[in-house]
Amino acid sequence: MDILKTIYGWLEHRLQLEAPVKDAALHPVPRNTASWWYVFGSAAFTLLILQFVTGILLAIVYVPSAGHAWYSLNVLNQQLELGWFLRAIHGWGSNFMVAVVLIHMVQVFLFGSYKYPRELTWILGVFLLLMTLGMAFTGQVLRFDQDAYWGLGIGASITSRIPFVGGSLVHLLLGGPIIAGATLSRFFALHVFVIPGIMLGFAGLHVWMVLKLGINEWPMPGRTVKRSTYLQEYHELTHKNGIPFVPGALWKDVFFSAAILAAVIVCAVAFGPFGPSGQPDPTIVRTVPKPDFFFLWIYAALAYLPPAMETPCILIAPIIGIGILLALPLYASEGEKSWHRRPVAILVLSTVAVTWGVLTHLASFTPWSPHMDAWSGDPVPPKYLRTATPLVRQGAAVFQAKQCRNCHSLEGNGGNRGPALDAVASRMTEDQMIRQVLQGGGNMPAYGKNLSPAETTALVGFLETLHPAGDLPASNASLEEAEERQTQSVPETKR
Amino acid sequence: MSTGTLTPQAESQTQQSTIVSRRWLLLKIGMIFNGIAGMFLAVPVIRYLLSPVKPDAAYKSWITLGNIGNFPVGETRLATFLNPFRRPWDGETAKVACYVRRMAYEQFQVFAVNCAHLGCPVRWFPQSQLFMCPCHGGAYYADGARASGPPERGLFSYDCKIENDLLKINAGQMPTLSNTAKLVTIDGCKGKSSWTS
Repeated sequence: MDILKTIYGWLEHRLQLEAPVKDAALHPVPRNTASWWYVFGSAAFTLLILQFVTGILLAIVYVPSAGHAWYSLNVLNQQLELGWFLRAIHGWGSNFMVAVVLIHMVQVFLFGSYKYPRELTWILGVFLLLMTLGMAFTGQVLRFDQDAYWGLGIGASITSRIPFVGGSLVHLLLGGPIIAGATLSRFFALHVFVIPGIMLGFAGLHVWMVLKLGINEWPMPGRTVKRSTYLQEYHELTHKNGIPFVPGALWKDVFFSAAILAAVIVCAVAFGPFGPSGQPDPTIVRTVPKPDFFFLWIYAALAYLPPAMETPCILIAPIIGIGILLALPLYASEGEKSWHRRPVAILVLSTVAVTWGVLTHLASFTPWSPHMDAWSGDPVPPKYLRTATPLVRQGAAVFQAKQCRNCHSLEGNGGNRGPALDAVASRMTEDQMIRQVLQGGGNMPAYGKNLSPAETTALVGFLETLHPAGDLPASNASLEEAEERQTQSVPETKR
Repeated sequence: MSTGTLTPQAESQTQQSTIVSRRWLLLKIGMIFNGIAGMFLAVPVIRYLLSPVKPDAAYKSWITLGNIGNFPVGETRLATFLNPFRRPWDGETAKVACYVRRMAYEQFQVFAVNCAHLGCPVRWFPQSQLFMCPCHGGAYYADGARASGPPERGLFSYDCKIENDLLKINAGQMPTLSNTAKLVTIDGCKGKSSWTS
């Protein structure tokens, strides 16, 4: 024991860390901040450390070469003892980190913590969020598989839309004219050196400011922030009714961090590592690239933006969005902190959350994409053909062979790009169908050049049978009316 | 001398301030010196970082896709080639795919596989004579013209020519809106380059 004390004394005499550490640990915090709502920031920091450690452990095996990266990941997954586990922890750690950072941000926003004097803490937090997302994207690139390759292609295509300098920026992004070795090398440098380095510095400053400025007090309706009085009020709050940070608030942080780590481990063991999917061979065009979970909403937004709006939206919307986040604490540095008195904030937050949720959900089944294998993989439901004439059967064959099924579903199977056709005959007349098939329109290609008259007749004959059992197929009322008038005007030719 | 009239206290103050200002001056000179050295470092660093930025022509060259006999008339086939600009460690990523459409004996169109929307690989369906993109649902006709979906234009196409029965294309970089937007060549290579007949 004495030896330990001597060693500690020797070190402390030189490091002199005891006083500042004690200061930080024992500084008083408002009593009601020792709440389970305040644990997300520390959990994000814990995950950051987890990512650093597991990242370094992966880097001792991973080969950042376009020709070898994919193989080294497979060695990690299959040949190296527990390599799969390290990859799984790093992958799930990344997902948890993005999630926890987002939750932390929502909590801080709801509690009005970004107001005076914590504006800069929020601004650094916005950069930390962007870097967390940057790490998630570059990490997805390092998992150098087909999704990574084509994800880079999407990145390059978006970059190319920037006016005047787009082409040069694509060369910079890719490190050359195509996605290849140089691309992977620079994303490796970004993921392993540049972003983590800046992140560590920013996270350090972020935590430093939390310690120096104090943890935001629990917001009470009516207790507004005023620049002139806030510091005095906060001082009274902490010194009259405060508790020391350690252990008063920290014990909950410690518990939650452990729970998050345990959740990462459970997910890693239960679900395993992410990919890699197919090898990054650009000549394999039979692939359906998809981004990772936290980028799915962008993927969906890009499918739904009208073509003419797309470039301005892609290029301007992120700048406006980030600008608003950065300007928020400067614009609203005083006033109400409580969510009970901030209806606009709640409305904005719910709108963003619902939009994000809907886009992410849509991207999970991509209704805008053709199902590339539906024409050969999903047969026409037998019930549609049970009483079919030879012509109708021929039409069903044309329907499958011409890949109509890739975009149109029958009984829920097939693409959702176009409308389901189970009841198409109820809403379109024969003439309308022929016109739609031959000329296209809406979002449908014209098949006029690719269908012979016989094929068209058969196809529309099949489509005409697709209506609910009791219903009559749609018919042209004006045509019937005209025919009826004709028969009325000539009374001797009765129907 | 004016210094003689100063009290000892004032004298030491003056001395101190002159010493301090001299040290400040030296510090400033030192910083300027650092700034100059930094410039000599920064310029090469920036040039090094910008080295991949080159005009399109620097990356492109004529590549042979094979004998024209490999591509039947009236059909569209996937062809692959090695990118002319490549490094030994590029592995599979040095490979590039393209679609070759042979309309007539000496009439070809060569399309990039990259969708004009966001670069995903489009797939050719000979039965319906359509290219379909798996990402956001872009579709193109056999001649590369836009059929439907988010793309604003038709497929990117390569300049091509036939020399000694070999089909050649001018390629070398990933086609994007910034470098190939001008190349809407629905008519194919006809009349675009030197022909053997």
